[in-house]
Amino acid sequence: MRANSPGPPLNLKIAMFNFNAIYALLLREAKIFFREKERIISILVSPLLFLFVMGRGMVSGTSPVAGFTYQQFIFPGILAMVILFTSITYGLYIIWDKRLDFLKEVLAAPISRSTLFIGKSLGGMLGAIIETFILLIIGAFFILPLDIVKVALCLLAAFPVSYMIVNLGLTIGAKMKSMEGFGLVMSFLTWPLFFFSGALFDLAAAAPYIKLISLLDPVTYAVDIMRIIMLGRGVFSAWTDLGAIAGFCLATTYIGVTSFGKLQQEK
Amino acid sequence: MAAIKTDNLVKRFTEVTAVNGISFDIPEGEVFGLLGPNGAGKTTLISMLATLIEPTSGSAVVAGFDVRLQPLEVRKNIGIVFQEPSVDDLLTGRENLYLHSMLYGVPRPEIGPRTDKMLDLVNLADRADSLVKTYSGGMRRRLEIARGLIHEPKILFLDEPTLGLDPVSRQTIWGYIGRLKAAKKTTIILTTHYMEEADNLADRIGIIYQGRIIEMDTPANLKKKVGRDLVFIKGAVNAQAVRGLSFVKSVELEEGRFRISISDSGRNLQALLNSAGAIEEVEVRPVTLDDVFMKFAGHQIKNDVENNGIFQRIVSAKATRK
Ligand SMILES: Nc1ncnc2c1ncn2[C@@H]1O[C@H](COP(=O)(O)OP(=O)(O)O)[C@@H](O)[C@H]1O
Ligand SMILES: [Mg+2]
Repeated sequence: MRANSPGPPLNLKIAMFNFNAIYALLLREAKIFFREKERIISILVSPLLFLFVMGRGMVSGTSPVAGFTYQQFIFPGILAMVILFTSITYGLYIIWDKRLDFLKEVLAAPISRSTLFIGKSLGGMLGAIIETFILLIIGAFFILPLDIVKVALCLLAAFPVSYMIVNLGLTIGAKMKSMEGFGLVMSFLTWPLFFFSGALFDLAAAAPYIKLISLLDPVTYAVDIMRIIMLGRGVFSAWTDLGAIAGFCLATTYIGVTSFGKLQQEK
Repeated sequence: MAAIKTDNLVKRFTEVTAVNGISFDIPEGEVFGLLGPNGAGKTTLISMLATLIEPTSGSAVVAGFDVRLQPLEVRKNIGIVFQEPSVDDLLTGRENLYLHSMLYGVPRPEIGPRTDKMLDLVNLADRADSLVKTYSGGMRRRLEIARGLIHEPKILFLDEPTLGLDPVSRQTIWGYIGRLKAAKKTTIILTTHYMEEADNLADRIGIIYQGRIIEMDTPANLKKKVGRDLVFIKGAVNAQAVRGLSFVKSVELEEGRFRISISDSGRNLQALLNSAGAIEEVEVRPVTLDDVFMKFAGHQIKNDVENNGIFQRIVSAKATRK
């Protein structure tokens, strides 16, 4: 080969899945998740505060949906919040992977970046689904009677919702250099995504600028689909919600795989 | 067939050219030692061969595959033990080996038996189910070596495998590498800045400095060129007589004392002292990398005032592993 010709770049971004590798990566995430029990509990603290302090503390009778209390009205929103927080946090944790030297090993392995990305996404979804399930059980007992079908539908909806948000977290995490950015992401992304989603209020009655922003917020559709499942009523149709979520899933897969393609060993 | 073949390999970072035109062939089964000070470009070279970073120019074929065109194929055929630790702290030793085996496509029924075998080999069987968090530096290194070997790679890269380890752990690891070498199945590329390590383990040594290989030969031949021990003598030494001795490689006056390079202090010291004349003070030490290095790269350094003496400092400052 000629000297000084840059040649083609390393060919690692190939869309080729290695299912054994995905399984092994998922298993690793599951083991770590269950080993850190404090994290499972602590991530539920703020959603439970919203649900039981704000939900109960607000004057009753302000529920935008007839036949339900305010607490019942925000419960689907809080469910979406749990998915949002668990998923973003998990995604950003890839910065810890860099610190923990784990990333170096997987970046050197004979697997495509798509494989690595999917393995990490599934790992994050697992955590989010488990948290969703815990909250659903708490809610079914104390807030809103739910039959098994509703619980199952909520869990089903949690899959694509957590997928798109984990992807978002992984994309940002892959670009961040240190855990210092964590707080910034939480203040400038996670909380706004939550507040604009209509988790705590009725979007139909909100100021126009809020409506406009909420249309761009993926969490809006997550809240809405949960509300349709649990309360039988939302702002959009179920198909609109699912369509929007599917669109966000595709878009975040694309940006996620691309950012993983660029991920390099730093040390 | 060559296990590794590079042709004018170059890696330029924004501020430095870390690897500056390296071409070599490494035959199958060889243990090749890359010896050079910190910052010489060893890790960068290995990273390119392991397809972790992209060469700026030039080419490299590893285990028959081009690093740029077929990185996944290259990766399947190599094992790598990084200079910096890279085991997963949050998993146990056994789980680390399992994850690695799955990532490298080891057939599932073989993972269990191979894991046990490797854990035995590196003496970690009794701690296999503890979290790596609780391991000592030496244990981690051993686990990394086990991991690098469990998929039975054709080529194993060891980047400073004993950096920062205590002497006992170092001996143990030399033992494993020695056994691997005896089995003759794996080509090993070993980087180090310990002369002794390269000397003990390598079939052939390449001395690397500022991104270039400045000398490449067997340890025996390299030592012949430099001598194995250095004797420093203060006093009225009869330089003429000393130079005449068959085992003396060089005699130089350095800071008021004579620096005499000889092939073997065990055998030759008495004879040397007998012919040296009136002696006030004697110091004997084995030849170090510094000396070999000074012999081959010294003139380059002397041309570069800024660099003078820096080598010594980087080596001692960076000799501890983070
Ligand atoms: N990612 C990087 N970006 C910029 N410079 C680098 C990078 N990696 C290594 N270097 C520089 O390249 C040179 C060679 O480094 P390295 O290959 O790590 O040497 P060695 O392993 O022999 O100590 C050093 O000057 C180092 O600072
Ligand atoms: Mg190095």
